[in-house]
Amino acid sequence: MSFSEFLDMGGYGIYVWSSYGLALIVLAINVIGPLQLHRKLLTDIARAARRARKKT
Amino acid sequence: MFNNFFHKMASPKYFYDISGRMIPWLGAAFIVVTLAGLYYGLVKAPPDYQQGDSYRIMFVHVPAAWMSMFVYMVMAIAGAIGLVWHIKLAEVISISSATVGAAFTFLALVTGSIWGKPMWGTWWVWDARLTSELVLLFLYLGVIALYNAIDDKRTAARAVAILALVGVVNIPIIHYSVEWWNTLHQGPTVTKLDKPSIHLSMLIPLLLMAVSFKLYYAMVVLMRARCEVLERERHTNWVKELAGSQ
Repeated sequence: MSFSEFLDMGGYGIYVWSSYGLALIVLAINVIGPLQLHRKLLTDIARAARRARKKT
Repeated sequence: MFNNFFHKMASPKYFYDISGRMIPWLGAAFIVVTLAGLYYGLVKAPPDYQQGDSYRIMFVHVPAAWMSMFVYMVMAIAGAIGLVWHIKLAEVISISSATVGAAFTFLALVTGSIWGKPMWGTWWVWDARLTSELVLLFLYLGVIALYNAIDDKRTAARAVAILALVGVVNIPIIHYSVEWWNTLHQGPTVTKLDKPSIHLSMLIPLLLMAVSFKLYYAMVVLMRARCEVLERERHTNWVKELAGSQ
């Protein structure tokens, strides 16, 4: 089997690859989301703590 | 010993630390199993005698659909545990499952649609299986919206748990819809009592992808749960110290 045959998927290439591509995107978004949220939370909490210390 | 374990797990700091150590291992296992699943699914498995190569969509569609129901049950059961025994960690696991559950449901619906076009000649039919899966997506979105609409996290978790529990009635409807009603959707080939009517060369990648999605869910739910713990515990000393040391 050649590589172009592999990509063609017996004529169903567009359907197969769009499914796998979409899965990749959806799974990636759900990892990046919490990663960014985690970083943002730690920065926010640190900033709030510094502000509270300055006030007292 | 078990008592001790549960006692420790109930401590947010302990949960935060140990889940942080588990996530890289889950991620590594996910990548290995996924690569194996993709290799067996896209390269090794032969084309289907009826559907040609289009059936390979199954290796993402079916695990995503299984996970859409599995994650919903985790969300509902953890919600119920939080509701009855007031265990904060159960609330956190419950709500942290909603987004990734919705993502699996969305994936199952869209990949099903992409598979339906060449095989059924249509992107969508309003039959029982597709409609009940769409209802599942709306249940997830309802859970997320309700949780974000209530400021007090503990009240929000309780409201969400009740909504999630009511929605459980949809799960057997999804599962049995292909047997109860006439539909374009094919019947189960793996999750039935007698021998699975699927060849081993196709069953292996399917099961590998199912394991891969389970590992992925475990990883992502822990990542989300850690964020939720930080947010709920933001006024405690250990969180302030942790944030300050970054």
